[in-house]
Amino acid sequence: MPVVGIIEYGAGNLDSVARAVEYCGGKPIVTESPKDLKKVNHIILPGVGSFAVGMKNLRTRGYEEELHAQVKVKKLPFLGICLGMQFLAALGTESAKTPGLNWINGRVTRLIPSSPDEKVPHIGWNNVEPAKKSALLDGIEAGKDFYFVHSYHFVVNDQSDILSTTPYCGGFTSAVARENIFGVQFHPEKSQKAGFQILKSFLAL
Amino acid sequence: MLKLRIMPTMLYKDLTLVKGVGFDSWRRVGSLMQQIKVYNLREVDELIVVDISATKEGRTPDFRLVDDFADECFMPLTVGGGINKIDDIRLLLQVGADKVVINTAAVETPKLISESAQLFGSQCIVASIDFKKHNAERYEVYTHSGTKPTGRDPVELAREVEACGAGEILLTSIDRDGTFSGYDIEMTRRVVDNVKIPVIASGGAGNYQHMVDVIKNSGASAVAAASLFHFTESTPKEAKKALKKHGIAVR
Repeated sequence: MPVVGIIEYGAGNLDSVARAVEYCGGKPIVTESPKDLKKVNHIILPGVGSFAVGMKNLRTRGYEEELHAQVKVKKLPFLGICLGMQFLAALGTESAKTPGLNWINGRVTRLIPSSPDEKVPHIGWNNVEPAKKSALLDGIEAGKDFYFVHSYHFVVNDQSDILSTTPYCGGFTSAVARENIFGVQFHPEKSQKAGFQILKSFLAL
Repeated sequence: MLKLRIMPTMLYKDLTLVKGVGFDSWRRVGSLMQQIKVYNLREVDELIVVDISATKEGRTPDFRLVDDFADECFMPLTVGGGINKIDDIRLLLQVGADKVVINTAAVETPKLISESAQLFGSQCIVASIDFKKHNAERYEVYTHSGTKPTGRDPVELAREVEACGAGEILLTSIDRDGTFSGYDIEMTRRVVDNVKIPVIASGGAGNYQHMVDVIKNSGASAVAAASLFHFTESTPKEAKKALKKHGIAVR
């Protein structure tokens, strides 16, 4: 059975993620400390809020090293959701310049509307267009709607890391993938059937 | 393309779902939990759930109740009622709210908006503005579930909450609430024109055409409706079909 560590670092909606994991057949463990990550075989890093505050909390609670050991060395499947995806970047620019986990090269910057009709935050259902093949998006038709709620996005340097894009504010990277590391800007736990499909694919990795 | 959202609004007192007219004459319309389950099955775009008596009774939000209904909700959930400090917001997000609605506190303690936007991000802070129209020139914001006049102009307050860091505005016409007479298009348009964040039009939806009218004529990003879904055969799904016929992108 997939045992999924959901990292608790004081930022956000862990309950919904845990419930969705359970619904998709996994056993969620909301971590109380980094050592809990030794007991799991999948890791989800959720999160809402500010990059600087979130990264600081992750670091002061000692998660950065353990994440490195489990995800970069041991290669456990990892899924970052929303802010959790943005942490994969080298640098966050929200409020202050803050170094991220730096697992996928790029930086996080504010969305800039390309027309007055485009509002920021980007809130609601929008298309996810796959940019490459990946087990995570298996069974998801191109252009499927997922739920987004964010003001910042991940500007990825290496095109091969881009898993999907979404047509808003000139088009932004809505999912990334490199080896065992995945990140989605949208909320699979709130995206109903299509979201569960993605979580199931992740749990099957 | 970003889709226009249709959001059922659920107002509750104790555990009972209620709906009024002009923020008054509350009628019981069923069990909150049961209705949430129905909307979850129907895969609606997003739900707004507000405890209308918390602020008036000086209570904090009922976190356990929100926890319970959030567990039934695999859809975006916006929660309000009784929020007046940072910890209220932290706890609501923790138990499963994606966004929180701040109404009375948005007027009385704008600092709550700026501080919470800093901590949790603008995207989860919805400022709710309830207003009455006195005449064509004069609109006024009310707080405490529409019972307390503030002397504030809705457009001016909208600009202020945006500057503080609110990520969205829920704009409700008290006069039109529960009347089935259509949204206040004029005020919705004025607020949309004066801010860069999304605006949810609310109050007065009596049929699908009202939704089309406010979307086409104001630029609102979402439409909320309560009575329309509680008291008639209308459903969010049928509403979307109607909007689609008018060339509005829906999910």
